[in-house]
Amino acid sequence: MENDKTETVKIPYFPGCTLKTTAKNFEQSALRSMEKLGVEMVELPKWNCCGTVSSLASDDLMKHLAPVRDFIRVEEMNNTGLVDNEYRMLTLCSMCFNTLKQTNIRVTSSPEDLQSVNQFMYLEKDYEGKVDVTHLFELLDSMGFDTIAERVVRSLDGLKIAPYYGCLLLRPKSVGIDNPENPSIIERFISSLGGSPVMNWEAKSRCCGSYHTVDNKAIVIKSVKGIIENAREFGAETIITSCPLCAFNLDNRQEDIMKEFPDFDPMPVFYFTQLLGLALGLGDEVLGLDDNCIDPRPLLKRSGLYE
Amino acid sequence: MAGKIVLSHHNIDFQKQIEKISGEKITSCDQCGVCSGSCPFTDEMEITPSTMMKMSQLGLPEVMEANSIWICASCFNCMARCPRGLDLSKVAEALRQISLRQAVDSITIENIDKEEAARLPSIALVGAFRKLTG
Repeated sequence: MENDKTETVKIPYFPGCTLKTTAKNFEQSALRSMEKLGVEMVELPKWNCCGTVSSLASDDLMKHLAPVRDFIRVEEMNNTGLVDNEYRMLTLCSMCFNTLKQTNIRVTSSPEDLQSVNQFMYLEKDYEGKVDVTHLFELLDSMGFDTIAERVVRSLDGLKIAPYYGCLLLRPKSVGIDNPENPSIIERFISSLGGSPVMNWEAKSRCCGSYHTVDNKAIVIKSVKGIIENAREFGAETIITSCPLCAFNLDNRQEDIMKEFPDFDPMPVFYFTQLLGLALGLGDEVLGLDDNCIDPRPLLKRSGLYE
Repeated sequence: MAGKIVLSHHNIDFQKQIEKISGEKITSCDQCGVCSGSCPFTDEMEITPSTMMKMSQLGLPEVMEANSIWICASCFNCMARCPRGLDLSKVAEALRQISLRQAVDSITIENIDKEEAARLPSIALVGAFRKLTG
């Protein structure tokens, strides 16, 4: 895409499984928004699943092989010229981000573990520990939210947006992109698009119930109901997230909540990149609003952001 | 007169096993309860996170019988707030692993609704199977 103000930067991009299946609208809106902002996200060749949840046991290094294999891909991209001296590995999904980064911390802080992993994967080139696992929020912050604000063509004026951090963007602290108890990065992102961030709501970093959605739907429904009601209490009209599992729980599980509680008032949930794309002037075909469960279009129409 | 808690060899072995897998010095827990107050799912648990820590310190295998170790989804809130710098997420993971390594799964795949399975994000399924199967 044409970019008049800055030179295009190429950054290795790790999509992860869900961005290619239930969260295609997340990926498309991110890719096209970043093009507008002068970043070409170059997908890792032959990437593999990160494992989704980082193993927390000290004695099973084996479960860290998958992320390291992906790190080797990033180093290869630099060696083959797909990117130029760019070791940031861009992720969109909070779970991928957290899992990849936990492994990176483990193997780069333990030469013994790194050696074991490299020896085990003897058919691969050794991982040299150069990769910097980076979440898109961190990249946007490093580019400067002021710069992004300058590119906004459709300001999200007056839209009251609750920033949902969830767990894995913030914790553990060694991995998190911001202060785990008092984060501000998503609030600043929302402001840069002209929206009004909902401040200090209590549930912004409360666990949605995660993978329990597979076999213990009841506790997820209870948790999500609490999160949505808390957001509404603080004046939110919508919630944004960067985790496809949080998105599924917060968005799709509202249908289950409505079956159980007919008075429940549903709230649309966006991937943060959908609102970024909207503000940058991207159209329907990119934003993929059809795939959101609670239709966000009535809210956008009311706010004059959608025809 | 102060009493002294004497642990059996069996208790000590179990306590050491938890410490080995988790990598956490569980005996340094002061039982302040911040973890139980911070956990978003304490209400759903048969024992609180701090009780889980106490039972682990004492090497009581009964800790494995509480649903708490399976309810914990590793949100790391307790860990972010523990004044002793302990990572309870790792302790819960160790307890799950002790069970899962006996090849006892904590999820029955046949019971997952097929329509649901088709629309669940892959990270939900992979996450659940990594955490709940041996």
